[in-house]
Amino acid sequence: METKSIMIVGVGGQGSLLASRIIGNVLLSQGFEVKVSEVHGMSQRGGSVVTYVKYGDEVASPVIVKGEADIIISFEQLEAARWLPFLKKGGHLVTSTQKIDPMPVINGVAVYPDDIIEKIKAQGVDVIAVDALTLAEQAGTAKASNVVLMGVVSTKMQFDESVWQAALEQCVPAKFLELNKKAFALGRAAQ
Amino acid sequence: MKKLMLGNEAFARGLYEGGCKIASSYPGTPSTEITEEVAKYDEVYAEWAPNEKVAMEVALGASIAGARSFCAMKHVGLNVAADPLYTAGYTGVTGGMVIAVADDPGMHSSQNEQDSRHHAIASKVMMIEPSDSAECRDFAKAAFDLSERFDTPVIVRMSTRVAHSQSAVELHEREEHELIPYKKNIQKFVMMPGNAIRRHPQVEQRLVDIREYAETSPLNRVEYNDTKIGVIAAGISYQYAKEALGDKASYLKLGIVNPLPVEIIKDFCAKCETVYVIEQLDDIIETHCKKYGLNVHGKDTFSLLGEISQSIVREKILGETAEFAEFPETVPVRPPVMCAGCPHRGLFYCLSKLGVMVSGDIGCYTLGATAPLQAMDSTICMGASISGLHGYNKARGAESEKKSVAVIGDSTFMHSGMTGLVNIAYNATNSTVIILDNSITGMTGHQQNPTTGKNLKGDPAAAVNLVDLCHAIGIKSVRVVDPYHMAETEAVIKEELEKEEPSVIISRRPCALLKYVKHNPPLKCDHSKCVGCKQCLKIGCPAISIHDKKMTIDHTQCVGCGICTEMCKLGAIGE
Repeated sequence: METKSIMIVGVGGQGSLLASRIIGNVLLSQGFEVKVSEVHGMSQRGGSVVTYVKYGDEVASPVIVKGEADIIISFEQLEAARWLPFLKKGGHLVTSTQKIDPMPVINGVAVYPDDIIEKIKAQGVDVIAVDALTLAEQAGTAKASNVVLMGVVSTKMQFDESVWQAALEQCVPAKFLELNKKAFALGRAAQ
Repeated sequence: MKKLMLGNEAFARGLYEGGCKIASSYPGTPSTEITEEVAKYDEVYAEWAPNEKVAMEVALGASIAGARSFCAMKHVGLNVAADPLYTAGYTGVTGGMVIAVADDPGMHSSQNEQDSRHHAIASKVMMIEPSDSAECRDFAKAAFDLSERFDTPVIVRMSTRVAHSQSAVELHEREEHELIPYKKNIQKFVMMPGNAIRRHPQVEQRLVDIREYAETSPLNRVEYNDTKIGVIAAGISYQYAKEALGDKASYLKLGIVNPLPVEIIKDFCAKCETVYVIEQLDDIIETHCKKYGLNVHGKDTFSLLGEISQSIVREKILGETAEFAEFPETVPVRPPVMCAGCPHRGLFYCLSKLGVMVSGDIGCYTLGATAPLQAMDSTICMGASISGLHGYNKARGAESEKKSVAVIGDSTFMHSGMTGLVNIAYNATNSTVIILDNSITGMTGHQQNPTTGKNLKGDPAAAVNLVDLCHAIGIKSVRVVDPYHMAETEAVIKEELEKEEPSVIISRRPCALLKYVKHNPPLKCDHSKCVGCKQCLKIGCPAISIHDKKMTIDHTQCVGCGICTEMCKLGAIGE
């Protein structure tokens, strides 16, 4: 099997590390070779963050380059626009509709683009936009947006739901498991 | 059993399986998790040292005691530990001693992108470099054996992508290694001239021996496919080449990067038509090849700067580029920022308002240099804020002392800021030093340090009292402020700047991301009172923005710190 690539993009602090761990465990349980590449440290402090997940029979490089991602999962609209060049032709973009102004926009030296999702769709890209934040709050906390998006993505991948449930159990601390299962279910039912 | 592991986690597993007994490190991205993970094994004693020099000396002491020992640091940390490293290169070891050093090509979280291989060459110490998590485990384990076999500390060079990528790792049992009996050996371990002069030829011979081993070591391997293109690479660069070129190229993958072999490289070059050396940062393998008259491509094709990737290899060697869609408009950049509720914000706002020269340091608070606060004038390396301020004030005289401060975090102060403060007291400038005490080592992800009262395991430990310490150093004027109260903080800074003596201000408030820190409910803006004056934007809080000429607060980010309420003269912000 040819190597497949999934990118998780967002703003530092939105929980992309947990998301990548969940997907990584799903893929490992299905017998794939998996590589997940994360960013720690300074960039995590509210900056643009990206995590790469690659899987297949054999995976060499842990990073994804432009035109390579089969799926991009974005936690925030502007980040979807930023990382769009990494999407493969015919790939899927799953994005939360959440908007977070970056500091140059807050300072008034840059403008947050309007109608990002429509403009991406106009490029011929398959976009699934979900209000992950509201769904996460329904599940109990805004912090579960990441797991809501996992629920959405699970419908775009061929694995059985039970596989995702098992990965959730592996990656989420027991006391937050029920809440995250709820967030996952809301994401799965979202489209 | 196979497990998905971060390179750093797998490294820790290799240390555990290899019988590591003692680990001492100072945190530094991207090396931190190795020590955090190895601390989870009860068989290994692990600690956070105050700096990398201390950590390496602890590891060397443990090695002399006969234990397999370890220390980890980031690339710039190795500069701090260079002093013990270069002489440990002479003494050699008793128990195996492994040093992890993590380079950061691309500077994801660093102030430079120096290439640590230079340190291995200069200290004449063996260096090996893994390329994925499975190799991290294997190499860490192998490093102990190699250290004992060749009587040398062994440096394992990591890079950001290897350290922070997860891939599958096979777990094995731990091999117990009993302490090697202690024998006093003055000639080997007392490095005074008469002894060191006799160690040096042994060091040179050791390099010859390791080079001979490198010619046949399983850590170096050759993969022959199509021989039109040959690639010589180590670490993550090998993975990029492999992904880009697959079977279209043959590979000499080097696991041992110091000393480099000669014969296998000559042989490989003879069998391939065109040979590329693919290495991130400096041209170390390339220069080695050229020294032996081998015709290879290297930095004529690839950059000395930043990271390589499979797309760069594809483009440079095969001339292939990818197709992709682009967003039709400019996408504003999103640089890292101080978090909402960050205790550093109020302090930096005061400094920005006062317009003083700020001698900065390494930590989250370096973000005080970014817009809109821009309250930092220099940042060089760990501890340089304080010593640099002293030099600045000596150069510019008494007037400058009233218009300049140093800022340094609690952990950085313990690391190497203290000695600078001793210098200020001893050599007398009326400098003002602000210690940003957020009760944790923040940037690297919340590690304990000697001021926090807890050790690496989270157990209670002796805590350095910063006020007492500053007094003991000879600073009489030591004040403590809460940076959430900006008016008071500003007043104290002004008072201390005016004093005709050196002073320290401790700006104390725990990091807002610490689990035990209780947050207030998010604040709201009363739009009937807000006139859109944008005064609140001056503190650079990521939770605050202006929409339709009114201030809005992102409730998912706001922790109710209240700094913005001090900015709003109209009282528009409240619960």
